[in-house]
Amino acid sequence: MTLIPEYDFKKIFFEPWSTLELCIWNGQIILMGILVCWTCGIVGSFIVVRRMALMGDAISHGILPGLALAFICSGSMALGPMWIGSCVAGITCSFCIEWLRFQTPIKEDAALGLVFTSFFATGVLMLGMEAENAHIDPECILYGEIGFTPLAPDLKLGSLRLGNQALWTMGGVFLSVAIAAVVFYRQILISSFDPILARSMGTPVRQVHLGLMLSLSLATVASLEAVGVILVVAMFVFPAVTASFFFDRLSSIVFFSLPLGLAYSIGGFHLAHWFDCSLAASMVVFAGLLFIPCCFLAPNSGILWKITSLRNVGR
Amino acid sequence: MRNSQKPIEIHDLTVSYQKKPVLYGIDLEVEKGSLVGIIGPNGAGKSTLLKTIMNMIKPNGGYVRIFGHPPKKGISCIGYVPQRESVDWDFPVTVMDVVLMGRYGKLNWFQRIRKADRKIASECLEKVGMLHLADRQIGNLSGGQQQRVFLARALAQESQLYIMDEPFSGVDAVTEKTIVLMLKEMKKMGKTLLIVHHDLSSAKEYFDYLLLLNMRKVAYGTIQDVFSHDLLQKTYGGRLTILSEMASQTAGNREIEKEAYSTSE
Repeated sequence: MTLIPEYDFKKIFFEPWSTLELCIWNGQIILMGILVCWTCGIVGSFIVVRRMALMGDAISHGILPGLALAFICSGSMALGPMWIGSCVAGITCSFCIEWLRFQTPIKEDAALGLVFTSFFATGVLMLGMEAENAHIDPECILYGEIGFTPLAPDLKLGSLRLGNQALWTMGGVFLSVAIAAVVFYRQILISSFDPILARSMGTPVRQVHLGLMLSLSLATVASLEAVGVILVVAMFVFPAVTASFFFDRLSSIVFFSLPLGLAYSIGGFHLAHWFDCSLAASMVVFAGLLFIPCCFLAPNSGILWKITSLRNVGR
Repeated sequence: MRNSQKPIEIHDLTVSYQKKPVLYGIDLEVEKGSLVGIIGPNGAGKSTLLKTIMNMIKPNGGYVRIFGHPPKKGISCIGYVPQRESVDWDFPVTVMDVVLMGRYGKLNWFQRIRKADRKIASECLEKVGMLHLADRQIGNLSGGQQQRVFLARALAQESQLYIMDEPFSGVDAVTEKTIVLMLKEMKKMGKTLLIVHHDLSSAKEYFDYLLLLNMRKVAYGTIQDVFSHDLLQKTYGGRLTILSEMASQTAGNREIEKEAYSTSE
């Protein structure tokens, strides 16, 4: 038994695309991956520049009990109730963190660790109870299974069959997030960079913050079945952080998350084929692999250039 | 009182943080076109006063009027230059982006940035000698250059009233000169400027009016009237002195309250 399976170029890159059926099947998976990366990449860029990556992590975990509750109440995994449930849980989660932070001597990082783990654990507990009498798979919510995307029922408009419903939903979420980002770009930019100035100009800083949190939970819920609540954080953080090595404007970072999402999805898919493992995990591993050379070689602030320029200064 | 259009009018303002008073009974009227320096020791409530004017803190008593309006409405007339440390300088924005932010207040919610706005932003950058760095990321600037970017942004706001929190702290000589020049020019254009300052030695050259602050107003008036050894001693003399003087405070007195203070010792 070997740790790394043999690298077979043909098996990895041609086999998934050998027949038309396989093409359609795998194409749907990759498209889903791309849409997830794009949605999370856009929201994540704003979250990361606001220095809220950790908060994003906490919220995406903390919404789990809301999801479980929504599932128990509505009995389905439909986006609507799931989103409402997750928003309620997410807002409660951030409220608890703020309360602990300001009303007790507990510091922010400790409060974060305390609250989101207890929320997450409660969610796992509720899912476990529910799993016995309903067809919900806790594993699917925790880890996601993007490979099941093609199994989703078709979206029907009257008698018209429009194709995979999961893809349509994710596409819709991506579009609304993208439109919101374009329309409110200025408001988000100014209230992230200088909230005091933003308020003096009548920008509703609080509402912008709330809107970002709501899109964060919407993106999380929509990506749930694909990548799961644990790995979705990577989809938020990786594109923005990688892009920031190349660009020093927020708008460029947001745009660069699009080609990155393409790369993550396609790269991760083939990586998963090679190792015959979880697709979502492969996407994150691939994102990590892509990050490393960027970190060292990027023209903007790559570590390698910094070291050489420091040497030059030394001389 | 209602019709007065004074840039800033503060009456009997009291502000406290968690029941600890920071500002007591401040009365202040600033005339249009004055260049005012606010000085006082650390913890004197300088920043608190600015924050109250900027509607970030609700006072426990008294009121602030900006051109006759309460702060919530009047804040839109204010150009604010925050302390340099209050902003994340690694934020991915260029110098031009920051200056253009000064124009956001003139745009509607969904309006894009217009050509005219870019032109004004470029002119403001030119005035502070930063136009050649317009495409730089703000983190790659020196402290003085960063301060000048903030100044250009304030200029781009085209406000009538400017509030600046320690614009001279940690800047190079060139920047200091630029800022002083800009301040004088803005004053000439009839703008009112309120500037928190910590360096006593330069205060005399920079400002026309001084507000001496230490939890309460020690004095407000022209440099000639206020910049005296006695009053400065009083301002920096520690809190104990100030608290014991509380009893002799005569509220509502608009004159420079010199005599009242000098007799209490």
